[in-house]
Amino acid sequence: MTLLRVSGLSISYPGASRPAVSELSFTVNDGESVGIVGESGSGKTQTALAVMGLLPANASVNGSIRLQGEEILGAPAARLNQLRPQKIAIVFQDPKAALNPYLSVGKQLKRIMIAHGIASGRDAVQRSLEMLQRVGLPDPERQYRAYPHQLSGGMRQRALIASALIAEPDLLIADEPTTALDVTIQAQILNLLQELRHASNTALLLITHDLGVIAGNSERTLVLDKGCLLEEGTTRQIFAAPGQERSQALIAAAPRLDAAAQAAPVTVGAMPLLEVDDISVSFRERRGRGRNDLHAVLPLSFNVLPGETVAIVGESGSGKTSLVRAVLGLLAKKTGTVGFLGMALPDIVRKRSNETRRRLQMVFQDPVASLDPAMRVGSIIAEPISVHEPGSKAAQREQRVDEMLGRVGLEHELKARFPHELSGGQAQRVAIARALVMQPKILICDEAVAALDGTVRSDILQLLLDEQTRSSLSLIIITHDLTVVRQMSHRVLVMYLGRICELTTNDRLFRQPRHPYTRALLDAMPLPDPTAARQPPPVSGEAASILRPPSGCVFHPRCLHANDACSKDTPLLEETQDGKVACHRAAELDLS
Amino acid sequence: MLRYASMRIIGAIPTLLLVIVIAFLMVHAAPGGPFDAERVLPPDIERNITHAYHLDESLPQQFQRYLRGLLHGDLGPSYRYRDYSVSELIGKALPLSIWLGSLAMSVALLLGVAAGLLAALQKNTFFDRLLTGVAMIGISVPIFVVAPLLVLAFAVHLNWLPAGWSSSSGLSRYLLPVFALALPQIAYIARITRGGMIEAMSSDFVRTARAQGLGTVSIVRYHALKPAMLPLLSYMGPAIVGILTGSVVVEQIFGIPGLGRLFVLAALNRDYTLVLGIVILYAVLIILFNLLVDILYGLLDPRIRKR
Amino acid sequence: MSALTALQQLIGQVRGSRVVLISTGILLAIAVVALLGPLFSSHSYLATDLDRRLLAPTLQNGQLFGTDDLGRDLFVRTMMGAQVTLLVAVIASIVSLVIGVLYGATAGFIGGKLDALMMRAVDALYALPFIFLVILLMVVFERSFFLIFVAIGAINWLEMARIVRGQTLSLKEREFVDAARLIGVSSFGIIFRHITPNLLGMVVVYMTLTIPQAILVESFLSFLGLGIQEPQTSLGALVNGGVSQMEQAPWVLLIPAGLLAIVLLCFNFLGDGLRDLTDPRGEMQ
Repeated sequence: MTLLRVSGLSISYPGASRPAVSELSFTVNDGESVGIVGESGSGKTQTALAVMGLLPANASVNGSIRLQGEEILGAPAARLNQLRPQKIAIVFQDPKAALNPYLSVGKQLKRIMIAHGIASGRDAVQRSLEMLQRVGLPDPERQYRAYPHQLSGGMRQRALIASALIAEPDLLIADEPTTALDVTIQAQILNLLQELRHASNTALLLITHDLGVIAGNSERTLVLDKGCLLEEGTTRQIFAAPGQERSQALIAAAPRLDAAAQAAPVTVGAMPLLEVDDISVSFRERRGRGRNDLHAVLPLSFNVLPGETVAIVGESGSGKTSLVRAVLGLLAKKTGTVGFLGMALPDIVRKRSNETRRRLQMVFQDPVASLDPAMRVGSIIAEPISVHEPGSKAAQREQRVDEMLGRVGLEHELKARFPHELSGGQAQRVAIARALVMQPKILICDEAVAALDGTVRSDILQLLLDEQTRSSLSLIIITHDLTVVRQMSHRVLVMYLGRICELTTNDRLFRQPRHPYTRALLDAMPLPDPTAARQPPPVSGEAASILRPPSGCVFHPRCLHANDACSKDTPLLEETQDGKVACHRAAELDLS
Repeated sequence: MLRYASMRIIGAIPTLLLVIVIAFLMVHAAPGGPFDAERVLPPDIERNITHAYHLDESLPQQFQRYLRGLLHGDLGPSYRYRDYSVSELIGKALPLSIWLGSLAMSVALLLGVAAGLLAALQKNTFFDRLLTGVAMIGISVPIFVVAPLLVLAFAVHLNWLPAGWSSSSGLSRYLLPVFALALPQIAYIARITRGGMIEAMSSDFVRTARAQGLGTVSIVRYHALKPAMLPLLSYMGPAIVGILTGSVVVEQIFGIPGLGRLFVLAALNRDYTLVLGIVILYAVLIILFNLLVDILYGLLDPRIRKR
Repeated sequence: MSALTALQQLIGQVRGSRVVLISTGILLAIAVVALLGPLFSSHSYLATDLDRRLLAPTLQNGQLFGTDDLGRDLFVRTMMGAQVTLLVAVIASIVSLVIGVLYGATAGFIGGKLDALMMRAVDALYALPFIFLVILLMVVFERSFFLIFVAIGAINWLEMARIVRGQTLSLKEREFVDAARLIGVSSFGIIFRHITPNLLGMVVVYMTLTIPQAILVESFLSFLGLGIQEPQTSLGALVNGGVSQMEQAPWVLLIPAGLLAIVLLCFNFLGDGLRDLTDPRGEMQ
C-alpha cells in the first residue's frame, strides 16, 4: 500500500539562485525503508520539512504530497497537527537544539500525549517511561526527570526518537539522525531505529549524506543532486550499477574500508622526525566541590618518520585533539617531551623559534573558522611569508601567493575574497595553502575533512597525498573516520579515554586488529555495500566520563571480551609484531 | 543552585559598601562646608555648630559614626531642615514614591508584555510594524519630554486631567504621573518581549514542538513562553533604575512630594546628608532588586539550577 | 591593514540598508545646520531683548523659531543647544569607548585571573546607581563643563567593556587565532592584525547606541538644572526652560524637545539597523 506519494514537489526561496527542490517525485510504501542520499544543498532536508509541513513562511511550494491518499501540502494547521506525530513524525539532526532546554525530557513527552488526547495524568507518565525504556535509555525514571543538558549526545537522540515514536506514527522521517554522534553510538542508534520500525511496521524515510548509512539501512534509495532526483531504485541496484554519471561519481567517492591504501611507501629505518615521549595533558576543573583533575591524555609516546602518515583515531573524549595541541605547543603539557629532529621543543609555541614553528603546521576541522573573517584570502596566505621572511617585497609575496593558490587548485581571482564568501572545500584549500607556504615538515590535520562532502573530501585528501609525494611531507591525521585512515595512513594510533589502545600498521589494523575497541570501531563503520551482512552494534553503552574513568582497563564496561581481570588491572602497552597493544587478552583473542 | 544564590548575596554586600564609601567621600570632598551658603557666623558659634555635627572629627571617624548610624537606621540630621532627621524626611516621602513606582511598573509590564507578545505572534503585519515604530519612539523620546507633553495635551488643552498633584485629590491625579512614568518602560518591555518571543518561536525546539503536532497556543504556553520571558527578566534590573530616575522627573513636573523631588531639592539645596541618605536608599533598592532578578533567573533556567 | 578592510566591508554592507542611510542622512543634516545655521542669523544666543519676549515663530526679523522668555532668538539658541548636546555626547562616548575597549580587550585577551578580577570590578560598579552618584557629583563639584564629560563617560564605559571583553574572549578561542600562533605571529601582532579588526564592526555599532545614552544623561542633568549652565545651553536645558513656558508659549518647549527626539530617534534607528546588518542573530547580547 502506498503510504506517501510525492509528485512534482518544487520548493524555492526568494533571492536564491536556483530552487531548493525541483520537480521531485517519489513514493514510500507501508513499512518500507527508503533512503534519500545526496550532498549538502541537494534538497534532502527541504523535502523532509515539506512532508512534515514545517517549511518556513517565505518558501514557495508547488506540487503534491499525499499521505494515505490525502493531500497534505498546504493543508490547514489544524489538520497537520492531527497528523503530526500520529501519522508522520521526524527526528532531527542536532538533538541538543531540537529538545527544549527548559523542560524535562518527561514533560516534553507528556505534553505530546496530552495535546493529542492519547493519555493523561498517571497514564501518560507510565507510557512515557515505557517509551524511554524502549529506546534503550537505562534508568528511565531518572531520564524522565532529567533536562536535556544533563544527557549525553546519544541519550538525547534516543529521547528525541522516543518523542517522535510515542504516538506510533506510520512514517518516521530521520534527517541525518546520527551525523552529530560518535561512530559507535551511531551504530547503536541506527540499530535502534531498525528494531523499532520492525516492531511496529513503521515506514522509515532516512535522510543522510553518508552512503554507508544508506547502504545498511534502506531498501530503496533516492539520489538527490542540486534539488533534482538523480536516480531511484533499490539500494542494491543503485550501488551496483549507478545509472547517472553524477551518482557514479558520488558512489565512487564514497569512502570504503576495503579500498586500497594510497599512501606511498616510507623509507624504513630513517631517523624519526618527531618524537613524542611520555606526554600527558591535564586540565583543572573547578566544577562542583573542590577541584578535579581532568586527565585528557595519560602518559604516552609515539613517533613520526619523514614522509610518513600517522593516523590518530578516537571518538569524542579520546584526547586526540588535546594530544596534538600539546605537541604543537597550543596547550601546556603536564609531563613528557616533544622532540623534533632530535631537539627538545619548548612547551609553548610562543617560546619556539620561527624556524621550528614553520615546520609544524595544522589544518583545522572547520575551514571557515580557521581563517580570519576580516582578512582577504591573499593576505591570509601572505601573512606567514611576512612573518618568516620579513625582508620580502610585496611583489614577491604576491607571486608566492599565486603559486600556492595554483598548487592547491584554486584560481587566482579568489585572492580578493573574504572567507565567508568561500565554500567549505575552497576554505580548506586556503588553509592548506597557508600551512604549506611555510614548507612544513609535518602537517597535522585535525578532522580536516569531517565537515566536507563526498567529492570535495576526496579531492582534499588527494591534494594532501600529492603534497606528501612531492615534498616528503609527514602527516598526522586525526580522525574518527576509518576510511580516511585506510586511504591515507602508514601507521595508526587508536585512542580511548586518553590512552593508547593500539598502535599498528594500516594493513594490520584492517586485517587483524588486536584490541577489542579497534574491532568495535571497524564493525561500527557503516559500509557502502548493501550486500554486506548486517551486524548488531559492536559496543553497548556510552563512553565513560573522563572525570570518572572505570577501574582497570577503561574500556572494560563496554568490551565484548572483558573478563574479571579487565576490571581490576590496567593493561600495559606491550610490543607486538607490528606495533603495540594494551589489552589483557590481546594474545589470546583473534579479532580478524 | 544554593551556591549560586549565596554567591550572589555575598557579592552584593561589597557593592553596597562601595556605594556608601563613594557617596560619603564625595559629600565630604565638597569644597566648602554645608553651611557656607548662609550668612557668615561668628567663629565661636561656628565652632559649636561644627562640633555638634561632628564635622571636627577625622574623616574615618566620621565615616565610622555614619556607618554605625546606618546600621541602626539613623541617617543623620538634615543640614537644611534642622528640625528633621534624614530618616524622617525620607520616611515621609518614600511611601508615595513606592506607590507610584509600583503602579507604573505594573502598568508597564501588563501593557508592554501584552503588546510585545501580540506583535511577535503577528510578526510583520501592520500591527507589528506599528507597534515596533511606536516602541522606537517610546525609547527615543526622553521622559522629561514626554511628561510635559502629556501635561500640555491632557491637562492644559483638553482639561481632562489635573496638571498638578496638590491641585486636586482622588484617583484622577494618579493617572498622568503613573502613565508618564510607565511610558518609556512600556516601550522597552514591548520591544524585549517581542524580540524574545520571536527568537523563541524560531528556535529549533519550537520546530520540534510543531513536528509534535502542538498548536500555537500550546507551543506558546508550554514551550516558548519561558525562554521568551527570560530576556525580560534580565531587563528588570535596568527597568527599576529607569523607574527611579524617571520618578525624579515626573515628581518634579507634577509637583509630587515624593522621594525623587526630595532628592532634587536636597541636591539643589546642598543638603548633603539628605542627598547621601537618598543615594544610599536608591542603591539598596537597586541592589536588592538585581539580586532578586538574578536568583529568579537561576531558578527558572534549569541549566543553572541543576548543574 | 586589516582594520581598513574590515571597515570597508562594513561600509559596503551599510549601503544595503535604507534605515541606516536615512538616519545617517538626517543626523548629518542636523549637524550641518546646527554648525552653520547660527552664522547666517543676525542674532546671537546671548543677546536678551526684553521687548521681544515670547514671540511666536515668524519669518519676520529672521526669527524662525521665535524667542524665549528673555527675548533671545530661539533658532540660534536651539542650534547652539544642538551643538553642545552633540559635542558632549560624541566626546563622552569617545571617552567611554577608549576606556571600555582598552579595559575589555585587556581583560579578554589576558584572561585567567586578571580577567576574573577585572570583570568582578565591573560587576560591582555595574550595580551602582550611577545616575544618582553623578547627580551627587555634579552638585558637589559645582557643575563644571569638564565634569559632565567625565560623569557621562564613567557611566557608559562599563557596558562597552563587558561587550568587548566577551567578544575578545570568543575571538581568542577561534581557530584562526590558533593558526596565527602556529605561524608565529607575536601576541602584539595577533591583537592588532587579527582581533582588533574583528572587534571594529561591533564597536562601531555599539557607539551608535552609547551616543544617545550620553545625550540622555546630559539632557537629564541639564533638565534638572545640574548640567550645562547659562548662558551656554543644551537641548535638555532648553526643554527645561520650555516647560515653565509651556502654557503661554508652547513652541519654546516643542521645538527643542522635537529636535532632541528626532536626534535620539535617528541614533536608535541607526544603531538597530547596523546591528541587524552585522549581527542578525543577536550574538552580541
